[in-house]
Amino acid sequence: MSALHFIVFLPLAAAAIAGLSNKMFGSTLPKLVTTGALFVACGLSWPIFIAYLSGAAHEQVVPVFTWITSGDMHVEWALRVDSLTAVMLVVVTSVSALVHLYSWSYMSEDPDQPRFFAYLSLFTFAMLMLVTADNLVQMFFGWEGVGLASYLLIGFWFRKPSANAAAIKAFVVNRVGDLGFMLGIFGTFLVFGTVSIPAILDAAPGMAGSTIGFLGMRLDTMTVLCLLLFVGAMGKSAQLGLHTWLPDAMEGPTPVSALIHAATMVTAGVFMVCRLSPMFETSQVAMNVITFVGAATCLFAATVGTTQTDIKRVIAYSTCSQLGYMFFAAGVGAYGAAMFHLFTHAFFKALLFLGAGSVIHAMHHEQDMRYYGGLRKHIPVTFWTMFAGTLAITGVGIPGLIHGIPAIGFAGFHSKDAIIEAAWAAGYPSAFWVGVGVALLTSFYSWRLVFLTFYGKPRWTQSEHIQHAIHDAHGHDAHGHDDHAHDGHGAHGHDAHHGEEADGTGGYHPHESPWPMLVPLLLLTIGAIAAGYLFHGYFIEAEEGAHFWQGIIAFDAHLMHAMHEVPTWVKLSASAAMVSGLAIAWLAYIRYPAFPAAFASSFSVLYRFLLNKWYFDELYNVLFVRPAFWIGRLLWKGGDEGTIDRFGPNGSAAAVKFGSALAVRLQSGYVYVYAFIMLIGLTAALTWAILL
Amino acid sequence: MIDGLPILSIMLAVPAAAAVACIFAGAAGARWIALLATLVDLVLGGMLWASFDMGPHAAQWQFVEYQPLFGRFAWAMGIDGFALMLILLSVFLMPICILASWKAIEKRVPEYMAAFLVTEILMIGTFAAQDLFLFYIFFEAGLIPMYLIIGIWGGVNRIYASYKFFLYTLLGSVLMLIAMLYMSATAGTTDIPTLMAYDFPAGVQTWLWLAFFASFAVKMPMWPVHTWLPDAHVQAPTAGSVILAGVLLKLGGYGFLRFSLPMFPEASAEWMWLVFALSAVAVVYTSLVALVQSDMKKLIAYSSVAHMAIVTFGLFAFNAQGIEGAMMVMLGHGLVSGALFLCVGVIYDRLHTREIDRYGGLAINMPKYAVLFMLFTMASVGLPGTSNFIGEFLALAGIYQVSTWFALIATTGIILGAAYMLYLYRRVVFGDLTKEDVKAMPDLDGRELVSLGAIAAVVLWMGVYPESFLKPMRPDVTRLIERIERAKPAGDSQPTPGNPEAAKAAHGGEEHGSGHAAPAESHGEAH
Amino acid sequence: MIGITHYLVVSAILFTLGVLGIFMNRKNLIVILMAIELILLSVNLNLVAFSQALGDLVGQVFAMFVLTVAAGEAAIGLAILVIYFRGRGTIAVDDVNRMKG
Repeated sequence: MSALHFIVFLPLAAAAIAGLSNKMFGSTLPKLVTTGALFVACGLSWPIFIAYLSGAAHEQVVPVFTWITSGDMHVEWALRVDSLTAVMLVVVTSVSALVHLYSWSYMSEDPDQPRFFAYLSLFTFAMLMLVTADNLVQMFFGWEGVGLASYLLIGFWFRKPSANAAAIKAFVVNRVGDLGFMLGIFGTFLVFGTVSIPAILDAAPGMAGSTIGFLGMRLDTMTVLCLLLFVGAMGKSAQLGLHTWLPDAMEGPTPVSALIHAATMVTAGVFMVCRLSPMFETSQVAMNVITFVGAATCLFAATVGTTQTDIKRVIAYSTCSQLGYMFFAAGVGAYGAAMFHLFTHAFFKALLFLGAGSVIHAMHHEQDMRYYGGLRKHIPVTFWTMFAGTLAITGVGIPGLIHGIPAIGFAGFHSKDAIIEAAWAAGYPSAFWVGVGVALLTSFYSWRLVFLTFYGKPRWTQSEHIQHAIHDAHGHDAHGHDDHAHDGHGAHGHDAHHGEEADGTGGYHPHESPWPMLVPLLLLTIGAIAAGYLFHGYFIEAEEGAHFWQGIIAFDAHLMHAMHEVPTWVKLSASAAMVSGLAIAWLAYIRYPAFPAAFASSFSVLYRFLLNKWYFDELYNVLFVRPAFWIGRLLWKGGDEGTIDRFGPNGSAAAVKFGSALAVRLQSGYVYVYAFIMLIGLTAALTWAILL
Repeated sequence: MIDGLPILSIMLAVPAAAAVACIFAGAAGARWIALLATLVDLVLGGMLWASFDMGPHAAQWQFVEYQPLFGRFAWAMGIDGFALMLILLSVFLMPICILASWKAIEKRVPEYMAAFLVTEILMIGTFAAQDLFLFYIFFEAGLIPMYLIIGIWGGVNRIYASYKFFLYTLLGSVLMLIAMLYMSATAGTTDIPTLMAYDFPAGVQTWLWLAFFASFAVKMPMWPVHTWLPDAHVQAPTAGSVILAGVLLKLGGYGFLRFSLPMFPEASAEWMWLVFALSAVAVVYTSLVALVQSDMKKLIAYSSVAHMAIVTFGLFAFNAQGIEGAMMVMLGHGLVSGALFLCVGVIYDRLHTREIDRYGGLAINMPKYAVLFMLFTMASVGLPGTSNFIGEFLALAGIYQVSTWFALIATTGIILGAAYMLYLYRRVVFGDLTKEDVKAMPDLDGRELVSLGAIAAVVLWMGVYPESFLKPMRPDVTRLIERIERAKPAGDSQPTPGNPEAAKAAHGGEEHGSGHAAPAESHGEAH
Repeated sequence: MIGITHYLVVSAILFTLGVLGIFMNRKNLIVILMAIELILLSVNLNLVAFSQALGDLVGQVFAMFVLTVAAGEAAIGLAILVIYFRGRGTIAVDDVNRMKG
């Protein structure tokens, strides 16, 4: 038993204990077991990561046992650890451990806590199986496992129809991606005769230039395989076209959004592309597609993010957009930068989500930013941590313009600038411009979130949730159950007798969250501030990076060098975009608060287009969902019942019935008639016999 | 090792004796006798598995019994890996069926139990028979107890369903009987192992194949002769549905595997397109129909048709993954659809309706049920780690090697499957608990928990360590592949060998053209 | 001289009478029973006539068999009729149509 076994299987064991522990143990034991297991796993992961940072450790595969053997196909359960896995291990276990801790308070009023913690641990196990996979099939196991956990957690409040719908949508849309992934695995097996990742990566360069038949066409082999696999990545990482599930996934509890829909699961697609990067490198077409899809997602999600009013949805679209960044980094060949952004993003996006959870918690489950405002003084810790998170996501920092003085800044600064510079250096000016444009949008929507939430005057009175909290002291149960099963903190609203109606607070006093929620926020803040500066050398610097990655990903040292050689204006562009975004947000939401409404009304078509998320949901509804039901009903009533049964069994039964109705007329029931017919028959037969 | 003991015949004799005993016992006695007999058979099945020789020099046919009766007709029994696995499936599901009927069946209990025990005899007999006509008798006689079970203990419209079931399946079998008569006359033997190595002329093969196909396609059931299945399932009592979906549907697949493929390889290759086309239609068609069902049993019945289409796809892929995958789907589907019908039975016993809309919010008052139902739902949609994934994955991998188009269509089944199963689960288990009568439903009792828990354990076992199930079948798959190799159709993928130099040149040139050499050069860095 | 032809003619007439008795009769089942007896009688007559003409005793032995069978048949037929009459209260031929499909 190695440490790796414990890291991966402790969460599974904890999930099983928590999930099956029954009500008799209460909720403390399951919470303790799961959280403890995750902290142990986290504690075991960091030394592994540090060993890779120092270059002391090398890739290692720990076999568990055989899974599938069929013909030439051999699939093992095996745990693979290398520098890429080590990065994911610390991301997954750290964020997961902190989210477990956070949930102690956030979910404290929920009657189903054991179930929640079991799901969280189950998710962590599946995610760890995914990142430690040594073959594509095990990766697919983790892939679907996280999909299951995501489904369960989005639908955690299963009494809410919207949560159930979102859960199904997430699972089914992911399955569309999985279709591509599965076909990709089949194709890979067909071409390489193996599903082992190292073997495939070894053989992949030798297959460049080969062609393969696919759906009646002859195409470049590696392009087909890479694109099929990439469809899987698109589904899981919510890329344009298959992104529709991610915003809806915000129906789940906020800690879930932080863990699954920001830090870990949605980055699985990026991880997969990086893991298979030597394979993707063999197909320029596939790389271009990844760059294009990444850039398009990046832009799309950022534009939508600017108009959303639900705090979680803003962050969800932000996640979608940041994933787009990672993909186009991978697409231009800067896998190190993609992984680096994945790494830093995990910290600051988890921080933002958990911060948003803290705000929602304080605001009695109100999620609409239009009813926030002025929260800075009421929940200072949340404010400062989210502020740090926003600095990180928008990429605040000092570019290293003068040789010898290194660039220094918040986490996102290092990773995002690296991506934008890599796009330029790799010769994708269009991707570069998209990256810069999105940096501006990122800055705008992120600061918009902060300004709307924490600055300005309180606008709380318009919120139904707050109204409930103030006026309906006994209404908590009723309300809590239609909305969030986790309810309570009545204390927030109950001491409101001051009648401060005029200031927009409605006499409501938001309270800062308890320490189990603040500790994760503070720890993640450290990550959001320092992760970029501390680790950028290992991830993206030419020499150190090559040393760290050990050839596990197709690390392109030349490109990393070239990144430093880009013109100064390129280096400054991201920061300039960030500052402009900040300025616009400040102007629009602090200086001239009437401006956004005026803008929205004068450009109402554009505004509605963005507010309705480019009408993707409506489009899919018309194209797929409703036709599926319609065709299903048609096939059932018209096909099975109307055609097959009507002309098949029922038709032949009717024919027999009709024939017998004719035959029955001969059947008079009089014996003498029968005898007479017999006689005639006998005579006829005799005549025939005699005459012939 | 249990040398010399006619264990297969004993496995038939035990339920036979118990069936007779049931008739003379009272209701309570019949239940216990049936349970005991099926458990004894389960233990015997376990012994069969434990002593099945899977070594490198193992005989293909084991536990062989041969006793000439009259003419060419002989009591010939023996099993290979395929038969072993399907016998295990049958004996595993039988005690669960008896338990499922423990309280649900109140009228004519002794006769009911006897009918089930006779079904067990006939199922085991079908899988173990090594004589063509013995097989036919077991295969066809299996209709009779099922016909009675649906017709006597079924739902409101049971007479229609039982007749439809009986006549549909009988019609196909008539052609098979004619083909069998021809075969025994031509080959001069009714010994199945001998026939499996007998080469019929290609022209004759076509007709024989079609005759067998008529029977097995109905049993399977394949589109468009599937319409008996939803009606039969809806009307059958819970345990009847379990055995129908769990084992009787597998007879068709077993028939393809035992007769169509090894006996008529050329014809199988020739008619592969037909099988693929019908299966492709079935996957999409029945999945979409399942999506709009309002009756739980009908929904699961339609999903069975879709799953069985994956089986036929895999069987006719002519490669190891396809055939092993098809077998695993059969086993997995036998367990999972059986379990799903049990899940429906559990709530049907409480509320006496199968209408999906009458339920909702069961997760609140029936948490154990919700967990197990979720597990089986996920297994049904082929989540990795459950039995169905192994089968579907291998079968689809096998299909891909033959045809990418059909692989694509078959794989859409995993999307649609997720849609209709999760939609079902959502409507039954999730949502708020508003209906008074639903609120009063108690959670699983010990008997139900044992039944579902046992299946759940095997489902996970098959998903995590399928080697236990694949290993006994592997030599038989290899033999079958060798046998049909000569007729194997070419796949449509046909990858050409790679030419990295040329690709690099073209690639590099392109890169130089745009003035950036970095990505092209990075090939060298990759390793 | 009364030859075999005369016997056969008488037999044929009896046979035809018997057949007509079965088909033309609408009144009473007993008449049908008697008509059958008549047919059997004609057959017996044939058998005996041929036996005599051909000098083979087998025909007469057969005639004895037929007589026995006819007696048995009459007994059973009457028994059925009695039972039938008890059940339906009639033995009119036109009412006996329970075999109607």
